[in-house]
Amino acid sequence: MDCEVRDLIIMGTGPAGYTAAIYTGRANLKPFVIEGFQPGGQLMITTEIENFPGFPEGIRGPELMGKMRDQATKFGAEFASGSVTEVDLSRSPFCLTLEDGREYFTRALIVATGANAKWLDIESEKRYRGKGVSACATCDGFFFRDCNVFVVGGGDTAMEEALYLTKFASHVTLVHRREEFRASKIMTLRTRKNPKISTMLNLVIDEILGDGQKVTGIRLKNVLTGELSVHPCDGVFLAIGHEPNTRLFKDQLNTDDYGYILTKKSSTETNVPGVFACGDVQDFTYRQAVTAVGTGCMAAVDAERFLESMR
Amino acid sequence: MSGNYLAATDLNFKAEILDSDKVALVDFWATWCGPCMMLGPVIEELAGDYEGKAVIAKLNVDENPKIAAQYGIRSIPSLLLFKNGQLVDQMLGALPKNQIAKKIDEHIN
Repeated sequence: MDCEVRDLIIMGTGPAGYTAAIYTGRANLKPFVIEGFQPGGQLMITTEIENFPGFPEGIRGPELMGKMRDQATKFGAEFASGSVTEVDLSRSPFCLTLEDGREYFTRALIVATGANAKWLDIESEKRYRGKGVSACATCDGFFFRDCNVFVVGGGDTAMEEALYLTKFASHVTLVHRREEFRASKIMTLRTRKNPKISTMLNLVIDEILGDGQKVTGIRLKNVLTGELSVHPCDGVFLAIGHEPNTRLFKDQLNTDDYGYILTKKSSTETNVPGVFACGDVQDFTYRQAVTAVGTGCMAAVDAERFLESMR
Repeated sequence: MSGNYLAATDLNFKAEILDSDKVALVDFWATWCGPCMMLGPVIEELAGDYEGKAVIAKLNVDENPKIAAQYGIRSIPSLLLFKNGQLVDQMLGALPKNQIAKKIDEHIN
């Protein structure tokens, strides 16, 4: 057990957490950073990032996150591996418990726990996860060489996954529940131009079909007519959006209906003084690496001011 | 404590994993897989913790496509547990260390 009361703990190591660590480290607050279950965050499973300013040639996700981590380390941030399983924000100092039982106390807390890919939450999806159902094309695309795969979703992630999968798959079908994609024009155009990608609209997954060992097809439902159709395939990649990692803060931090932490206007302050939220965990609208970096910096400045006011 | 894991391959898989008298954990991975890279240090720690008690191995799917195909690997990191030559358990994704250790313990006892 660790009875020391720290000034600042940061939960999460995506762009928001690392940026908060860089700024607070540089301000001599000796940030203590708890990595979480996916160190480096969602960018660790992306390929090329083309729109992060300063990298005109693009940069690979894991490389960018490695650089951010190095920069935070340089300014004195300390990292602990593991995930927090319990949070008590009812009194100051706040108490965090890690999965192995370690307890940490802190005067200020920056929540940068991010968001994660959503699953359909149907039985057949669970049965075939790792057997043809995936939410990570860069991890699993390799296993679908010359295969016929479906990508479900209509945002930039879905477009990116579809494009990436054309490196391996013989054909990629994009399935979306609406009439039009939500993705950016540039990404939509790229998928349209790719001869290996075709598009099916106004459809949702009704069931993932398989032979007990692996995926063999997909049953889709037309949202306008209710009509069902079966399509043989070898893989189903889901890119149906994200959900914020806020389960730990239930009944402690105010969230919106989707679970995103609510912050006060033009700040990262939550309903609990001393607790600040940044990055995707409080951002339903933009969800970009750059906006996460921006709010990470804001949280650092807000936390620094809060700690100063306590002294 | 970090330890040395066994590098499992298409060639040594039978001798080192299936014919082993110990429970064997095999991490199917690749260098281009972000979550696999995150799991790497965890596997090294497990190799230290289970030295002499279980076989902790990594199998690079790029270099060893046969075994990966044989076990129908379609997602990595995938963790497969073998006992007496039989596949007894399977885990998916970069899981926390204690969760993996719990599974190994279940099969050791």
